[in-house]
Amino acid sequence: MGQEILDLLVSTFWMILGIAGIFAIYLAISAGCWFVHSLFTRNRAGTGYGSLKTVTFGDESSVVANRIASIAAVVAVFVLWGVATGSNLLPFTLPQPFTGDTQFEYTAVNPAGDTDTGMVFVRVHAFGEEGVEKPEGKDGGDGFAKDDIVVVAERRSKVLRVQNNDEGGKEDGFRVTHVNGQPISSDSPVTYSDATVEMTGKGSLFIKPDTGWTMEALYLPPPEQVWKRFWQLNAEGYQNVGLWENVFWSLIRVVVGFGLGCLFGIPLGFAMGLNSWMRGWFDPIVEFMRPVPPLALIPLVIIWFGIGEQGKISLLFLAALWIMTIAARAGVSGVNISKVHAAYSLGATKRQILSKVILPNSLPEIFTGARVAMGVCWGTVVAAELVAAEKGAGKMIIAASKFQLTDIVIVGIILIGIIGYMIDIMMRQAENFLVPWKGRG
Amino acid sequence: MSGLVIDDVSMTFELPDGGKVEALKNINLDINEGELMSVLGPSGCGKTTLLNILAGFLAPTGGKVALAGNHVTGPSSERGMVFQQGALFEWMNVSKNIGFGPSMAGVDQGTINAKVNELLGIVGLQDFGEKMIYELSGGMQQRVALARCLANDPDVILMDEPLGALDALTREKMQSLVLDIWKETGKTIILITHSVEEALLLGERLLVMAPRPGRVHTEYRLPFAELGVGADLREVKQHADFGPKRDEILNMIWDMEEEIMGRTETA
Ligand SMILES: Nc1ncnc2c1ncn2[C@@H]1O[C@H](COP(=O)(O)OP(=O)(O)O)[C@@H](O)[C@H]1O
Ligand SMILES: [Mg+2]
Repeated sequence: MGQEILDLLVSTFWMILGIAGIFAIYLAISAGCWFVHSLFTRNRAGTGYGSLKTVTFGDESSVVANRIASIAAVVAVFVLWGVATGSNLLPFTLPQPFTGDTQFEYTAVNPAGDTDTGMVFVRVHAFGEEGVEKPEGKDGGDGFAKDDIVVVAERRSKVLRVQNNDEGGKEDGFRVTHVNGQPISSDSPVTYSDATVEMTGKGSLFIKPDTGWTMEALYLPPPEQVWKRFWQLNAEGYQNVGLWENVFWSLIRVVVGFGLGCLFGIPLGFAMGLNSWMRGWFDPIVEFMRPVPPLALIPLVIIWFGIGEQGKISLLFLAALWIMTIAARAGVSGVNISKVHAAYSLGATKRQILSKVILPNSLPEIFTGARVAMGVCWGTVVAAELVAAEKGAGKMIIAASKFQLTDIVIVGIILIGIIGYMIDIMMRQAENFLVPWKGRG
Repeated sequence: MSGLVIDDVSMTFELPDGGKVEALKNINLDINEGELMSVLGPSGCGKTTLLNILAGFLAPTGGKVALAGNHVTGPSSERGMVFQQGALFEWMNVSKNIGFGPSMAGVDQGTINAKVNELLGIVGLQDFGEKMIYELSGGMQQRVALARCLANDPDVILMDEPLGALDALTREKMQSLVLDIWKETGKTIILITHSVEEALLLGERLLVMAPRPGRVHTEYRLPFAELGVGADLREVKQHADFGPKRDEILNMIWDMEEEIMGRTETA
């Protein structure tokens, strides 16, 4: 227990360093962009009322998102991505792993004490490339040490017993002493421009082509690979399910679950806002369920409903229900009592007060709740699909991750983000259209 | 017996901590039909409570209220209410707001439209029928509130500091409007204010209330409202009696406030 806590603290410490490092890089880029930007705008006076303000620091209204900064930030993310993954879209990236042909010379000593040199021709090919031809090498050579040929994938390494084809190579006392003229042993490897050559305990050579600094596509593929994968998914789908079919299934679940949540949550919230008994009756369950994250319900939902649609929709229903209930309840409680009094004085009946005053008056709150609920539902559906689904955005990325198809995972994550963002924008537009009086009462 | 009768009304609030507040104690008033009465008093003397009882939003703990002989037991369209602010329906445009009462009563749309147009003219908002509430200034919003109340043709109009949030110039125009409406429609109007000048201008009868317990302190009959109809209110304020009356009442309220302060300080 104590050890675990200690480990936790240690890894937290490293995380702080790591996060601070990443922030520092990103902020340094930001500072650079800002500097360049300020060179261009230095002599241009701002326009509009805001530019005449002398107090801007601390005046929230004078802080407006600088759109150039936003664009630069997004570009910076892509550039960093490209640099770190060795994208071929960029003129400069971190040093990439070595690929292509290289060769080195080894020196061997035979039991008789004679020395001779042989060449090793190495062909390093891209990871995953198949049917790579062997490089050409002069086989033979003039002495007892014969040339060798080896094929290895980038970032991978290979053990090679160069002495196997040498004359007398299998006799005791035959050993390799130098690589490229430098002495080699099991604890002193030789590095040259393209690769590192190590020696194993048994005297074999261990060839490691230079791995460079870029990330391997298995961890993070370069942008162009993700882009290509996107178009491929768009055309062919993955595991017999189209990309948009997956997205469609996620969306339809959200829409149905959210719809059910509204259908029951809004009337429930109204009942709680209008009636003491109902408020008392539902208060405990609402207050209890509110802090339970929907994800915590996934196991229970799977036990109850299996992995079919019903389970996922029930989950989304539960995710939306409490949010909508609370929003509707807040909407009713938030009605200015003088509006209700005015309506009664104008002769409205209870039913008319409900439909003409309380309902429209609570729409802004309901919309705020709906936006939150939509966001939660979208997150929940993806998580639920990760656990159990046959189709859906979450299902696609979890299936791809099992085959280490990181590019599909990233396509999925980007799509999930974009769709979530678009849902929020749509909700905001609907809000502006349907409750134009929001915030202006 | 067609007026508003307030018969020995008392209102005692029980506080959660067990204490009691006598917001109103033994109020007796007869308000005749067509009378314009303003109510003045330091804050906390029970003005809003009294108005809420008249409107039927609160049941008094003692006594009763009757309009034209009918016991008041709840809100009704015969007693219209104009609030200070925020009582308009933002989700409806100006015309819909004004037509709210008749449309709730199921009056046909043609009649409502005619009524709304007439009222838009009366309150000076001819071209604003299609505007939304949040597009209007505070003064215009109060005009809408007044028109909405009039659309129902109530017997009594109750106003709780309707002009309190307006700037001085707008307020003066609205005061003239209230006087004009009073004269033209002949409605009984009870208006709460905390401006002494407004109380003098908009009250044939002026009630000064005193706090703890809330009660009627002094009652005046004043000529200024009658003089102000259709006239320039600034001239009315030049009337020989206006200044002295204003000072007298100001002093009275000032003394009450001092007394409250003194009492809370010694308490
Ligand atoms: N619902 C209530 N519960 C308890 N006390 C109240 C309530 N409403 C008003 N009061 C008290 O009654 C008194 C009169 O209030 P109010 O009528 O609002 O005064 P005014 O409108 O003259 O400022 C005040 O002391 C106030 O605190
Ligand atoms: Mg008040």
